[in-house]
Amino acid sequence: MIRSLLSADYPRSRVVAAILVAILVALALAPFLFPGARSLAVAAKILVFILLVASYDLLLGYTGIVSFAHTMFFGIGAYGVAIASTRMGPGWDAIAIGIAFALVLSTLLALVIGLFSLRVKAIFFAMITLAVAAAFQTLASQLSEFTGGEDGLSFKVPEALQPSFELFEDTVLGASIDGRLLTYYLLFSAVLALFLLLLRIVNSPFGRVLQAIRENDFRAEALGYRTVVFRTMSNVLAAMFATLAGALLAIWLRYNGPDTTLSFEIMLDTLLIVVIGGMGTMYGAVIGSALFVFAQSYLQDLMGWISGSFEAVPLLAALFSPDRWLLWLGVLFVSSVYYFPTGVVGRLRARAPARGLS
Amino acid sequence: MSTQSQAAAQRPAGTAERPAAATRSRTPRAADVDRLPWLLVPLLALLALPLVGSLPSWVTLTVAGLAMGMIIFIIASGLTLIFGLMDVLNFGHGVFIALGAFVAVSVLGPMGALTGSASMAANLVAVGAAMLAAMAVAGAIGYVFERLIVRPVYGQHLKQILITMGGMIIGEELIKVVWGPEQIPLPLPQGLRGAYIVGDAAIEKYRVIAVVVGLAVFVAMLFVLNRTKIGLLIRAGVQDREMVESLGYRIRRLFVGVFVAGSALAGLGGVMWGLYQQNVIPQMGAQVNILIFIVIIIGGLGSAGGCFVGALLVGLMANYTGFLAPKVALFSNILLMVAILLWRPQGLYPVAKR
Repeated sequence: MIRSLLSADYPRSRVVAAILVAILVALALAPFLFPGARSLAVAAKILVFILLVASYDLLLGYTGIVSFAHTMFFGIGAYGVAIASTRMGPGWDAIAIGIAFALVLSTLLALVIGLFSLRVKAIFFAMITLAVAAAFQTLASQLSEFTGGEDGLSFKVPEALQPSFELFEDTVLGASIDGRLLTYYLLFSAVLALFLLLLRIVNSPFGRVLQAIRENDFRAEALGYRTVVFRTMSNVLAAMFATLAGALLAIWLRYNGPDTTLSFEIMLDTLLIVVIGGMGTMYGAVIGSALFVFAQSYLQDLMGWISGSFEAVPLLAALFSPDRWLLWLGVLFVSSVYYFPTGVVGRLRARAPARGLS
Repeated sequence: MSTQSQAAAQRPAGTAERPAAATRSRTPRAADVDRLPWLLVPLLALLALPLVGSLPSWVTLTVAGLAMGMIIFIIASGLTLIFGLMDVLNFGHGVFIALGAFVAVSVLGPMGALTGSASMAANLVAVGAAMLAAMAVAGAIGYVFERLIVRPVYGQHLKQILITMGGMIIGEELIKVVWGPEQIPLPLPQGLRGAYIVGDAAIEKYRVIAVVVGLAVFVAMLFVLNRTKIGLLIRAGVQDREMVESLGYRIRRLFVGVFVAGSALAGLGGVMWGLYQQNVIPQMGAQVNILIFIVIIIGGLGSAGGCFVGALLVGLMANYTGFLAPKVALFSNILLMVAILLWRPQGLYPVAKR
């Protein structure tokens, strides 16, 4: 049962397994364990990031392609739901149609970009995706009658997901079963299912070919695999999962704008999480996202405290000011590429006895 | 199209050609020189003339486009040489642009007497000082950047992209620590504002200066690349690094030199870009980065001549479309890149070994 759920890709380290179980339990019971709108929002953000980062890992970690257009697909998914819900009014049909259109658009775009630029070197692809993503972001903020421009779109979700909706009169285990909670569990089950599907994909024969291309594309080609086709497929798949992640985020926030889903910061966050969590391990996405989103809130608190105690030295105070937390994440990123190229998961796995390799 | 840049077009056609000529040497037609990409620049300018309609606005737009192209070329030339010589793609190049611009803010700030005076000579002294300071700082930081960030990951493309991106984040944040995260105005000195009136066409003074500085950098670069021993080694290194090494030259040291020079040029370009926009923000590096990537892709990664043509095309295209169809202008660069890559998938002047 567990074997087929995890596609025979076990954590292969007791520590990793323990952390994963802890995260799973914490996320599954978040509304009851950590009541409050703020902590639920953090949990939902972790969920969305798990899916986004895992889909990016399919591209970066498993296929060895660096793309900077991943947030573009994330944004397409979010805009799909947002635009459909604004135009058609709240309803499940609007969400379904929005997601369907977004998936089609993402697939086409990923296909075009892939066929156009994946033939050439990795660097070409990285640069072209960077340019395309920037153009898309401008497009989204320019087409204001359609996308709401810089202000974005606020929209209503189906009634069952609205905060005012109450399933039961009484509270259950100290939490009221309202629309937010239902939305949270919608996110949770969708992310869990999609994550397991991604795990299935990377452990399929198709996923093995992707890894072969990552290790040595020339050899993979010589073995008879059309590397362009496989790379493009990987690009399209990653784009589709990112689109779904974007749609989930839009449903959760009931809002979407350029800064929420398309900004380059999110792209950088995704990149940081993949590398820190461990490239080429789906579990790295889970651990990395949980760590990162926590750090995002707590590192800033810690830095505020350090900065306060350095008040006498202006430069140090500025260096540790909470707004500069990205600086320290950047340092962490660079040093983890140097010293822990396999990330948290790879590191922990290397420490574990080799017995788990079966 | 000004006669100036056509004159410039004559010379580099032969020089920038060398990489492409090497590709051709496998084919029978080794002798003929590939001037076609150079013709694109006047062709684009002429094509725009009937579309724009009036000659004066066309002249204004063309000069503006050339000025923008020159600034982009100054920034991008270092990047393309770094890539050509050492196969290193520096995603952190944008940091040096922002750094140069912020140094210029700090240098020009206290020189109010010079920037405020109406005499152009005094203004140019101030701007020149700012440029020199920016180049020195960007070059020095470039040296450190090469040592700490780039050197450990030679030959590993994936890590290079990630590491230099990380370097970019750190650099941008450090700029915010030193100069603050807000947008800072960088006004043009008094004497450089305003425009020359030639016939009916208004040509902004600063744009003329940008074209002159850009041409000076281009000519100096051609001179170094084609008439000096260092330039010979750089060109040879772009063609075949191992052969140069086996002849006993330390290509690593050469590369550090090119990296520092490229960073300094990015700093210079940053000053000019900042004055062009009249304000600076820490994120400007990332914004310009996208533009220069497009330019070096169009030019063919590693080719200085291709980079020059690409920069001019991008600059002209941005200004023409900005006038004709502002909405399209946001994507004009992407469209241009797609068109060029459909014509020559490796860029205008593909470098031989790739």
